[in-house]
Amino acid sequence: MGSEMEQLEKSINEIMEIADGFGLDYYPMRYEICPADIIYTFGAYGMPTRFSHWSFGKTFNKMKLQYDFGLSKIYELVINSNPCYAFLLDGNSLIQNKLIVAHVLAHCDFFKNNARFAATNRNMVESMSATAERISQYELIHGTDAVETFVDAVLSIQEHVDPQLIKPRRLDKKRYTEEKIRELKEGLHTIRPSTPYDDLWSIDQLTSSAGPAEPARLPIFPPEPEKDLVWFIQEYSETLEDWQRDIMSMLREEMLYFWPQMETKIMNEGWASYWHQRIIRELDLTGEETIEFAKLNSSVVQPSTQSLNPYYLGLKIFEDIERRWDQPTKEEQERFGRKPGKGREKIFEVRELDSDISFIRSYLTKDLTRDLDLYVFQKQGPEWKITDKSWENIRDQLALSRVNGGAPYIVVQDGDYQRSGELVLRHEYEGIELDLKYLERTLPHVYRLWGKTVHLETVIEDKKAIFSYDGQKHYRKFVS
Amino acid sequence: MPSSDKSLFIVSKEDWSLHRKGYQDQQRHEKKVKEIIKQNLPDFITEESIIMSDGKQIIKVPLRNLEEYRFVHNYQKQKHVGQGDGDSQVGDVLGQDSPKQQAGSGEGAGDQPGVDFMEAEISIEELEDILFSELELPFMEDKDNDHIEISDIRFNDIRKKGIMSNIDKKRTILENLRRNSTSGKPGIHGISPDDLRYKTWEDIVVPHSNAVIIAMMDTSGSMGTFEKYCARSFFFWMTRFLRRQYEKVEIVFIAHHTEAKEVSEEDFFTRGESGGTICSSAYMKALEIIDSRYPPASYNIYPFHFSDGDNLTSDNERCVKLIGELLDRSNMFGYGEVNQYNRGSTLMSAYKNISKERFLHFIIKEKGAVYQALKSFFHKQEGGLA
Repeated sequence: MGSEMEQLEKSINEIMEIADGFGLDYYPMRYEICPADIIYTFGAYGMPTRFSHWSFGKTFNKMKLQYDFGLSKIYELVINSNPCYAFLLDGNSLIQNKLIVAHVLAHCDFFKNNARFAATNRNMVESMSATAERISQYELIHGTDAVETFVDAVLSIQEHVDPQLIKPRRLDKKRYTEEKIRELKEGLHTIRPSTPYDDLWSIDQLTSSAGPAEPARLPIFPPEPEKDLVWFIQEYSETLEDWQRDIMSMLREEMLYFWPQMETKIMNEGWASYWHQRIIRELDLTGEETIEFAKLNSSVVQPSTQSLNPYYLGLKIFEDIERRWDQPTKEEQERFGRKPGKGREKIFEVRELDSDISFIRSYLTKDLTRDLDLYVFQKQGPEWKITDKSWENIRDQLALSRVNGGAPYIVVQDGDYQRSGELVLRHEYEGIELDLKYLERTLPHVYRLWGKTVHLETVIEDKKAIFSYDGQKHYRKFVS
Repeated sequence: MPSSDKSLFIVSKEDWSLHRKGYQDQQRHEKKVKEIIKQNLPDFITEESIIMSDGKQIIKVPLRNLEEYRFVHNYQKQKHVGQGDGDSQVGDVLGQDSPKQQAGSGEGAGDQPGVDFMEAEISIEELEDILFSELELPFMEDKDNDHIEISDIRFNDIRKKGIMSNIDKKRTILENLRRNSTSGKPGIHGISPDDLRYKTWEDIVVPHSNAVIIAMMDTSGSMGTFEKYCARSFFFWMTRFLRRQYEKVEIVFIAHHTEAKEVSEEDFFTRGESGGTICSSAYMKALEIIDSRYPPASYNIYPFHFSDGDNLTSDNERCVKLIGELLDRSNMFGYGEVNQYNRGSTLMSAYKNISKERFLHFIIKEKGAVYQALKSFFHKQEGGLA
């Protein structure tokens, strides 16, 4: 055991030197060897220190079962933190661990350097631990069931946060919202100028507008459609108690922390796979090790039918970028001024600036879709059929599926519908309908959070449809 | 501490055995599943897979409520990107939806399009535990002259008198040693009758309790599949419930239309007859069987009759009288009427007026009501027993 650890440490040293040589830039590493059920716990929770909830238990059970039946195996888990924690499965062979160590170094490099991760909290391990502590305190005070029901409700809308990287006017969300509302209200009071200088006369009115606002035709609350449902409800719901707002804001922080990982799944896995291959190639392996490495590597990046393996797709795109920037065609050299031999430099730039959507949109080429044999499929009658093989459609469809991390894009349209305090959500329909069963079961959760009737506007069969829930009953209204 | 020039790393291996969070939340999840099963008992207990089973297997119950609901796209109506093995063509069929499949939740990439429907596994025993915790046997009577059945003996006493074959050699020698020592000549010698010790036994007496269900069912032309299924479900659970209460539970099946006969279980539930209905025939038959085989002094008797209520009107009066006689011999009498369309029922109109405490009746209008029927016949009694 001791010598195994020593061997592993020696290999890690070697791998890190190679990685440094390639220019990978990562945080200090903490490798932790854990038994399978611990790895799977972390996998289910997303973080070792996360709060308790039955849904994690459900996921854990599912994953663990798959492992027990030999259907799937997680070899490692890596956490975006500084220092960076990587959990290795106890029982991995040395060569498996070498691959994994190289793989997680690249993940860590990605966490540290990709722009989407710039604002993530690198102390999330501790933050989540504090959150878990607080939630279990609330359970003691308010009862397990009350807290659990509330957390259920919050989790039902957890994807609907706004991971804004740029703050408009450098203000926090609340200040910005208030400022916009004030402007809108004042805007309604100003008399429409008929000459270019008329507005000068109303300066007085602007500063002393204290009277109640006229009933507005456009909703002014929120002043702009608000993507961050969790924030909006936590801030403006009239039914929530302090502990509930606290839980919401903590869960929102966690989601914002996970968000960049959802946005860069293909890139991140592609990047890590690209580098574990390059690094292991530099190592001196025995014949046996080489075969074992090849086996594991192929199981990781193996293309799968019907669904896309993000490891494989990401890897292929990165390799393609490298090739195209190493050996640009004549046309590319002339039109874009691309100089040969810039492949490495380019992929480092891509890993810094892109997310999955732009990665696919910019770098999934016609040749690649053909080489990878990608296609668009959909359901026709009872059958799932390949319906399209034109490369632009494949590219666009793939990019579209990554919008908002794959979740529907939903905004708060009106937080005070007809001055009744009711909440109107709007689904930004882009050709993909919502699952109605899920929709109607989610609305009661939103109702629980908002405390008043909630509406959701979407499109069904090309018709505008409004779904409502008033705490007792569901209503559907189709507007043609 | 190993470290390279630039970056630091640590490898460690700790004891994780106390980290039980995953398992704890798994239990929490399972507990929730159980609660939901409890809420959905009326549906589950009439699941065909249970009623038709041998009662031993683990069954799968579809769970609709433990999904983590959120706003998701309709997987079925969405376009997806997939990958072929090199020669995929437009028009290739990738797969078919089996009717049970539902939209997957959220995550796009699965092995097959939309396979995530929830099922929970539960053994019939667990289901019984949940169901029977809500039931109780009413009108239970002590049968004073129960057969006393000696099921076993237990050696648990030592005496100075006994039969030779039960001699306790160790204790006898110990006695001998003790006696010799006190008389100043230690050792084992001269065993006298005074030293002898015998093991004796005690009978383990298990009060033997018997119950018999007299299952009567109308098999006339008007009893359709649905009516029979409800009756079958009811008897299935009733039998299992009584088996928990009594050591031996026997069931007698009596099928009747205009006349009644004792039949096998299979015939009882499957064979359909035609013709009219005279319920009194079944009651007569039940009385005859009770009198010849199941003396009420030693049996707890539970006659239950299922019908669609469509009895020959002139027969009703006789039925009421016979029920009275049956009640004299039985713990209770249950009449279940499967009446899905709310027709007027001749039998029920007569039975409504029976005001005997141990006569219970219930109308089943839909499958879910089998659960209500069970609860109504075997309700937990408040206060003292009758």
